[in-house]
Amino acid sequence: MLKFALKRLLLAIPTLWAVLTIVFVLIRIVPGDPTIVILGDQASEQARADLREKLGLAKSIFSQYIDFMWQIAHGDLGRSLATNRPIMSDVLSVLPYTLELTLASLIVGTVIGVPLGVLAAEKRDGFADWFARVFSLAGLSFPAFVSGILLLIVFSLKLRWFPVISSANLVDPIERLRALVLPALNLGLLMVAYVTRVTRSGMLKALGEDYIRTARSKGLPSRIVVWRHAFRNALVPVVTVVGLYLGVLIGNAVLTEIVFNRPGIGKLIVTALNQRDYTLLQGLMVVTAFAVVLANILTDLTYGLVDPRVKTE
Amino acid sequence: MNAPLIVDGVTTSIRLDGQRHDVVRDISFQVAARETLALVGESGCGKSMTALSIMGLLPAGIASVSAGKIIVDGIDMVAADETVRESVRGNRIGMIFQEPMTSLNPVLPIGFQVGEALMQHQGLSRSAARAKALDLLEHVRIPSAARRLDDYPHQFSGGMRQRVMIALALACGPKVLIADEPTTALDVTIQRQVLALLADLQAREGLAVLLITHNLGVVASVADRVMVMYGGDVVESADVKDFFARPTHPYSVALLAAMPRIDATEGPQPIPGQVPSLDAMPSGCRFQSRCHLRQDVCSTLPPLKPVAGNPGHQVRCWMRGDT
Amino acid sequence: MSLAASSGPPSRRHSRLTRLTRSMGLVIGLAVVVLMIVAALVAPWIAPFDPDDQDVLLILSAPDATHWFGTDAFGRDVLSRVLWGARVSLYVGFVATALGIVIGSAIGIVAGFYGGLIDRAVSASTDILLSFPQLIMGLLLVAVLGASLTNLIIAIAITAVPAFIRMARSSALAMRERDFIDACRVLGYSDLRIMAVHILPNSLDELVVMASLWMASAIRTESTLAFIGLSVPPPTATWGGIVREGFDNLLDAPWLALFPSLAILIVMIGLNMVGDGLRDATDPRAAT
Repeated sequence: MLKFALKRLLLAIPTLWAVLTIVFVLIRIVPGDPTIVILGDQASEQARADLREKLGLAKSIFSQYIDFMWQIAHGDLGRSLATNRPIMSDVLSVLPYTLELTLASLIVGTVIGVPLGVLAAEKRDGFADWFARVFSLAGLSFPAFVSGILLLIVFSLKLRWFPVISSANLVDPIERLRALVLPALNLGLLMVAYVTRVTRSGMLKALGEDYIRTARSKGLPSRIVVWRHAFRNALVPVVTVVGLYLGVLIGNAVLTEIVFNRPGIGKLIVTALNQRDYTLLQGLMVVTAFAVVLANILTDLTYGLVDPRVKTE
Repeated sequence: MNAPLIVDGVTTSIRLDGQRHDVVRDISFQVAARETLALVGESGCGKSMTALSIMGLLPAGIASVSAGKIIVDGIDMVAADETVRESVRGNRIGMIFQEPMTSLNPVLPIGFQVGEALMQHQGLSRSAARAKALDLLEHVRIPSAARRLDDYPHQFSGGMRQRVMIALALACGPKVLIADEPTTALDVTIQRQVLALLADLQAREGLAVLLITHNLGVVASVADRVMVMYGGDVVESADVKDFFARPTHPYSVALLAAMPRIDATEGPQPIPGQVPSLDAMPSGCRFQSRCHLRQDVCSTLPPLKPVAGNPGHQVRCWMRGDT
Repeated sequence: MSLAASSGPPSRRHSRLTRLTRSMGLVIGLAVVVLMIVAALVAPWIAPFDPDDQDVLLILSAPDATHWFGTDAFGRDVLSRVLWGARVSLYVGFVATALGIVIGSAIGIVAGFYGGLIDRAVSASTDILLSFPQLIMGLLLVAVLGASLTNLIIAIAITAVPAFIRMARSSALAMRERDFIDACRVLGYSDLRIMAVHILPNSLDELVVMASLWMASAIRTESTLAFIGLSVPPPTATWGGIVREGFDNLLDAPWLALFPSLAILIVMIGLNMVGDGLRDATDPRAAT
């Protein structure tokens, strides 16, 4: 298992390098002179030259690329154009909020999605199955900002169970938890749609396999047949989809943070976009790239735990 | 003493679009301890449905036993509720399946899969079940079984997996074993080894074995008695010697002619036509659509009757058997 | 053997029942999508007001008989803006998906057909691109290209390309091994002709299913980017943009966000129903 994990980590390096290169190239194809974009066309030649120097734009594109990679290798994301603060510290200060949001929604998504999918497959064409199908169709159709706004309208404006604008100061743990509920539900319920769908089809496939008949021929009660024998196998596609969904989750987290006015990486991305803060945007993309690659590694490692064929072959 | 497996007048039906079709019709037999009864026929003749009826593993809501009694080691599987049936399955009766490649759970270690029934029926702890599983795997001659307890099915060859399946089916020391095409998916040399192992275990444990196969070569080498099924009916039933000496039903004759033989002067003769689909089954004798002896009387179902005054050899045909 | 016969009938029974409800879903989904497309096409004639006409006396008024969906912060008629917004969303969704299909299938078929180094390079880059979240990729692309209709289409098309590469590649790979492709070679057909006439049509079923699902995805990305403020700049009406304006006035005028949200939702559900229905119709094995 350790060998498998190490191998997987090594494999991630070229992927990470490629994604970082893409980010580097994209940020540099901003049309026009970035100093004009940043300073406006009234800026003096001297000011623009200074900025160019500061951004490292005076150097050749190749040495810019070396610098970029070198800094990242040292955990340095550069400084924000707008505030001149180190981007790393800005990221670190909001990262816990994004992490708690994604973690909470992962819990909501699996805790509801998996049993619903299993139940739907077990009682095929029954009420649970019908409900699961309608729910996952709806969940797959909702853009995260639409569902977020609907949740806000219903639970904050009409029912008044939660504050419309969560307080920016989230020191009080109770308040912080309360502010987490709606955003986590928003992200989590969207995830339930994916998880339910893949659990259901994975279970339907597993329940039709020969080894299920073998398990029943041993006289095992159906609860054990379903969970120990069928579900363990259905888990393989479920883990794959949850892993793939982590990417979607990162994107949806951005929207959820905007809608619920939560601090986090997503809010920071929007700030960077609005202020045309390209170094901040670049830094945030680097962080996202790391998160995605890390999520992929975790998925593959879980895969190795769930499916013995992966680690022994 | 009663036979460990008694099947008495069992009819199994499936419901398709609101219509009832009998896939097993009024079938009766017994299998005594140490005896092997072979159930023979083409695909779709009702062999596996018979096996699943005995095990109580018919697909729920679709197929069910609509008449008759199935007594496994003294317990009526038809009248019993699901809890009782669960306590019989894997405990008093075991089953091995055709596909050793897909019949084992790919994500559970084989030691656990073999010992699982022991935990369920005998309340053994995980470690006790594991120790017993090791014994069982050694019994079925898995080489260096101790090292392989925690291996997964994909690490075993087809023949070895079928040995694991046998160990799994026999874990709780059942009185009855159903073997559904246990060697069909295996190489010929491996087939022979697995059959020899089965015969050996049967002698040692005194098992009653119901062997389901379409391979008459296997029947000739291991069975004591033969029952030929066609379209859900038993069409011939005999001791294995009598059967091969005097195959009587036109279908049995055709089956034997379809088998390649070393001593034959001609090549194997395929049986013309196919088993009719469920909704196209003729009334009366179900083989009539493929039978060269067909007469008007065949639209009435013939009874089972003795052949040449031998009550142990029975045939269901108007044209054959004693009158 | 006979077990196949025993498990055959039940699954047939299930799928017949399921297929009926599913094909109903396909019909409903198609009807919804066609209705939306028609509404977008005839928006200039059926919209009750000019979508850009401001009425300072009627700011953020609630839905009534004149303004069915109410008015926005500039006193513009929301119903008219939602109808006109459909043009942007559906146009972007359709063109971006079409572009993604054309580029993606072309690259994928070539890679799968020739194999070797091209194939390995293409597969490696698709894997990397697919691992990056579609929304973030689209966001980054529009951010650096600048928000305009063309750039939006380019950005969303690029996010769709890797998925279509992968699909076209795998079907080309499977087809390449078939005998009739060899026969075509013997007959002296050019590679281009073999790819266009024999390989492409064989993946058409899968392509249509994926196209409908990706069109939903493209519309979602477009409206999301518009919500963030990265779509066709105002005053042009876009669904995501109107939702954003409504969101900024959520306390005073919740309906402003509600109606365009429902429009997005209805189109998304319609397209997903079409995609699911087509998948079941073309691939009976996947009838879940």
